[in-house]
Amino acid sequence: MGADVSRELIARRIARELKGGEVVNLGIGTPTLVANYITPEMNITLHSENGFVGLGPAPAPGEEISDLVNAGGQPVTVLPGACFFDTAMSFAIIRGGHIDVTVLGALEVDEEGSLANWWIPAKGGPGMGGGMDLVVGAKRVIVAMEHTRKDGTPKIVPRCTMPVTAKGEVDLIVTDMAVIEVTREGLVLREVAPGVSVSDVLAKTAARLIVPDEVKEMVA
Amino acid sequence: MSKVKSIAEAVDLLHDGMTVMLPGFLGVGTPKAFIDAICAKGIRDLTVIYNDGAFPDVGFGKLVRRGLVRKLIGTHIGTNPELVKLVAEKKIDLELYPQGTLVEKIRAAGAGLGGVLTPTGVGTAVEEGKTIMEIGGKTYLLELPLHADVALLYAHIGDTFGNLVYRRAARNFNPIMATAADLVIAEVANLVEAGEIDPDHVMTPGIFVDVVVRGCE
Repeated sequence: MGADVSRELIARRIARELKGGEVVNLGIGTPTLVANYITPEMNITLHSENGFVGLGPAPAPGEEISDLVNAGGQPVTVLPGACFFDTAMSFAIIRGGHIDVTVLGALEVDEEGSLANWWIPAKGGPGMGGGMDLVVGAKRVIVAMEHTRKDGTPKIVPRCTMPVTAKGEVDLIVTDMAVIEVTREGLVLREVAPGVSVSDVLAKTAARLIVPDEVKEMVA
Repeated sequence: MSKVKSIAEAVDLLHDGMTVMLPGFLGVGTPKAFIDAICAKGIRDLTVIYNDGAFPDVGFGKLVRRGLVRKLIGTHIGTNPELVKLVAEKKIDLELYPQGTLVEKIRAAGAGLGGVLTPTGVGTAVEEGKTIMEIGGKTYLLELPLHADVALLYAHIGDTFGNLVYRRAARNFNPIMATAADLVIAEVANLVEAGEIDPDHVMTPGIFVDVVVRGCE
């Protein structure tokens, strides 16, 4: 599977997790693509941690406003009903439990639902930004990532080896190979991607995976 | 009495070694003309409180490139490879906080609070060296107030009394930093007379602002 195709699969699958009326924050990278599969009928409100709700699509060329960008610095628009606020309000929304779902990328996720995505010791960066608050504050945390690193080594591990962003906060992991739920008993394999077998997933996962009798095919 | 000064007069109020609050998110909401004036004058050895690394040729990134920054107190540096390199080489000190913690530390300083309790960072490297408290069965970190010598704001509209109105996502840290520095200078894209902004629409009360300078859009 090409990288673009797998990113699209992940984004489409996560869009199916969102429920009507929810307030959602999408991280940078693959999580941002989830917005492409949110329709107006879904009645989802997107929060942007740099200070607004009601995030809309990119503007037409020439219509950019210098003061209106998303959390990745890209020019965006806002939808009817949007409003702007300062950083204290933005993080009151995040930390105070007013975000229903946050979707973000990760370098590692482990059996306890801890994730690492803020510090690569060898690089000395990038920093947590708003990620730690989002993971702690959102009611539901969905990780969107490639199942393995570029060299094929697993990113789903028994214990995170890199500095963690938060302990035990992840609820669902959606990768190009599988959908995995974090439960009190451990990581449960719920779905496999089209053309991927359960044994393929097990071979590319370092963490212990619970495999129930029924594992569905990922519908994107 | 008008608080309006020229940028040259306002920059003369700054000196080497200051702790500077700089609002903005990837450069949006940061005073551009003022940054250029600091770079031109070469005010150095600055400790800067700023959210991110911006980009190498934008806002805070210009101060980094010009060699004026001794330390960053922020949340994220990944968008500025030059800054990442300088931090790795220990040429710039870095003190990181989660973004929601950074803004609350500043708010605490401006609001007369002795600190804030946050669940963010519990069980991570962020908790190292901090007081950990259990309240109602939940674990929190005590985060202390963060104050600065000067805050350099950016507003879309400002009046001669210092009342400010921000535009779109450029508000971010501006209203909070306005409360937490000894000297507060606002660069405004559009300068109007006191009374021209509807008092209901003022976002930062002019009492917080000491100096207003006319900037660029």
